[in-house]
Amino acid sequence: MALRLLSKARVVPELRNVAFASSAAAPAELSDFDMQHKTPVIRKQQLIPKAQYGGRHAVTMLPGGGIGPECMGYVREIFKYIGAPVDFEVVDIDPTVDNDDDVQYAITTIKRNGVGLKGNIETKSEAAYVTSRNVALRNELDMYAYVLNCKSFAGVPTRHKDIDIQIIRQNTEGEYAMLEHESVRGVIESMKVVTASNSERVARFAFEFAKKNGRKKVTTVHKANIMKLSDGLFLETSRRLAKEYPDIEHNDMIIDNCCMQLVAKPHQFDVMLMTNLYGSIVSNVVCGILGGAGLLSGRNYGDHYAVFEPGTRNTGTAIAGKNIANPIAMINASIDMLEHLGHHFHADLLRRAVNKTVNVDRILTPDVGGSSSSSEVVDSIIDNIETVAKNEIPIVLA
Amino acid sequence: MSLITRNVFRTLVQGSQHVSKGLHTTAVNADKNVCFAPLSISTLQASKEGRIKCTLIPGDGVGPELVYSVQEVFKAANIPVDFESFFFSEVNPTLSAPLEDVVNSIAKNKICIKGILATPDFSHTGELQTLNMKLRNALDLYANVVHVKSLPNVNCRHKDVDCIIIREQTEGEYSALEHESVPGVVECLKIITAAKSERIAKFAFDYAVKMGRKKVTAVHKANIMKLGDGLFLRSCEEIGKLYPRIQFEKMIVDNCTMQMVSNPNQFDVMVTPNLYGNIVDNLASGLVGGAGVVAGASYSAECAVFEQGARHIFSGAVGKNIANPTAMLLCSANLLAHVNLHSYSKMIKGAINKVLSDGKVRTKDLGGQSTTKDFTNAIIHCLT
Repeated sequence: MALRLLSKARVVPELRNVAFASSAAAPAELSDFDMQHKTPVIRKQQLIPKAQYGGRHAVTMLPGGGIGPECMGYVREIFKYIGAPVDFEVVDIDPTVDNDDDVQYAITTIKRNGVGLKGNIETKSEAAYVTSRNVALRNELDMYAYVLNCKSFAGVPTRHKDIDIQIIRQNTEGEYAMLEHESVRGVIESMKVVTASNSERVARFAFEFAKKNGRKKVTTVHKANIMKLSDGLFLETSRRLAKEYPDIEHNDMIIDNCCMQLVAKPHQFDVMLMTNLYGSIVSNVVCGILGGAGLLSGRNYGDHYAVFEPGTRNTGTAIAGKNIANPIAMINASIDMLEHLGHHFHADLLRRAVNKTVNVDRILTPDVGGSSSSSEVVDSIIDNIETVAKNEIPIVLA
Repeated sequence: MSLITRNVFRTLVQGSQHVSKGLHTTAVNADKNVCFAPLSISTLQASKEGRIKCTLIPGDGVGPELVYSVQEVFKAANIPVDFESFFFSEVNPTLSAPLEDVVNSIAKNKICIKGILATPDFSHTGELQTLNMKLRNALDLYANVVHVKSLPNVNCRHKDVDCIIIREQTEGEYSALEHESVPGVVECLKIITAAKSERIAKFAFDYAVKMGRKKVTAVHKANIMKLGDGLFLRSCEEIGKLYPRIQFEKMIVDNCTMQMVSNPNQFDVMVTPNLYGNIVDNLASGLVGGAGVVAGASYSAECAVFEQGARHIFSGAVGKNIANPTAMLLCSANLLAHVNLHSYSKMIKGAINKVLSDGKVRTKDLGGQSTTKDFTNAIIHCLT
């Protein structure tokens, strides 16, 4: 033990000072024991008055890297056009800097505003003590549930039609606990943390979500046959909660089988509940089935905060600035945000306009089989807003 | 254990505060102190043709004349706003629309433009709350924002004044809790709560962020009222910690008023409790040209009421066609910006700037001889 701590101190001498840069309340002097448990599972949040003034909401906007800034530009353009009562507070995060100042500031602004819209933030630094910004953000804000709304777009050619799955993912612990160490030289241990309280929170969230949205079935995805204790706990918790919701059918599926079933027979799924890493894999699989990274939007929920982002967490650095990135994902995220804020009128208007562009007019970017540029898609949406505002064009369902 | 004791104690204290408030408030107010706002839908009311509905309260004194000027300009510029007008007055209670109607209309439309309501110095009925206060309480319009900005060609002692004064206006000295405990001894209660202080502080900082400001000054008198203003100050400090990129400073109200008249340019955003805000608002308005040129607005979470920054009914000018409509027009421009009609807002602001810079048409308060109507016509001519 002593050797381990010693070697840790030698490998990353800066660790002692910076490891807590991402923690909300960092005591001045910390033992290694404290440091090892530096990510308390549930963080206590300070209650802050909500940022809604005269019907307008203040929302943090984190453009992030890659295609983020241009997509945010489109969102602002559209919001200005439809007159959405939202004021954005833009926080840019420099991906190259090795300290967490910008990220801390971003987290503070989300705490103040309660709601954020974010692109994917790059973490260029590979130093062990700089945590992934995206993970830091979710952990710090205790956003334990992630929801990915996977619904087929009729206008996008795909192998499977009419898919409608909601993926709910534990967002703060599991494999993403960021607790790794080299116990003996050449042997790395990475901890997967599953807690009863967090499993219960996310399971309850999933069942409540299913109940609220009139869903019939919840499938828990796990690997409890191998990880009998950790995934076992997660599975056990969801089974226990399922008993409280007799109207909702509950089953479970092992992750490997689940991936196979998803690509073969995706229609059997309704609401899916899973731990962190499986969630990451499964959401990317489903995004792939539905037409790639550029369409779906994801929602992070905690008890106090909500952050909306494109569904697959890819930065898209390679296509940045080329005017070919698909803006639909970010626009869908902004629609989710408007609905969360209660601006159903604007959300509905925008949703119908997007639907018309994608499914009726079929103005699509190359990644989903179209030939239009990003700005052409956005222009089409803006044109369609006026059309749908005048005539009640219903949403084309798949 | 200590935690439990503390919490139990806190609950008891809060409970007792609540009860005491109920005891002191007058009966009329007790049942009307409801917030209607959260019950309504959250989108701004826009009808099918994209027109926006706005509640209009002409008010007392010169209010109707100024509001008429705004309506004329809106008509000339073809602005898609429909007004829902209410005669609302405390000095004329028989003709006044009921409070509920006005409140429901504002809660529904989310926006309102309001002239000044006269408040008599005495109460016939023993009612302590003024109509203004009742309206604010019913809608929970807790934040009053006055943007004090020097206008072109309005000659004043100080140039380039540009500060924003944010005032808590639902508690503090305006709680309407006064009683005569023994004949000859009147107690007037000033209520400061942590929740409302934090709320207004957060509003001020968020407003500063939105407007790209650098500094927030909390105005207080915590050296004398150590508990009440102390709580306000502490809440501001606490919230200020969430805004590491905005400078926070505090200033005692007496010093603040002195600084304001000698060196107003040092101020950026100011956050104040109720009465101090009222005083500082009026003082600052005086610095840039008086009640006729300063626009303000009151915000709740859901609604925004746009009104003049310094509230004077100017009853001496009623019917004389000499009142300055600049403040009211600026209010209307702010209202348009609030509902995302930025081009119209810029158009009206541009016209005001042009008329003032040309300096040919000035009302009496700015040293000219023009009438309200002349000024309004000049604005309409300058609309582009």
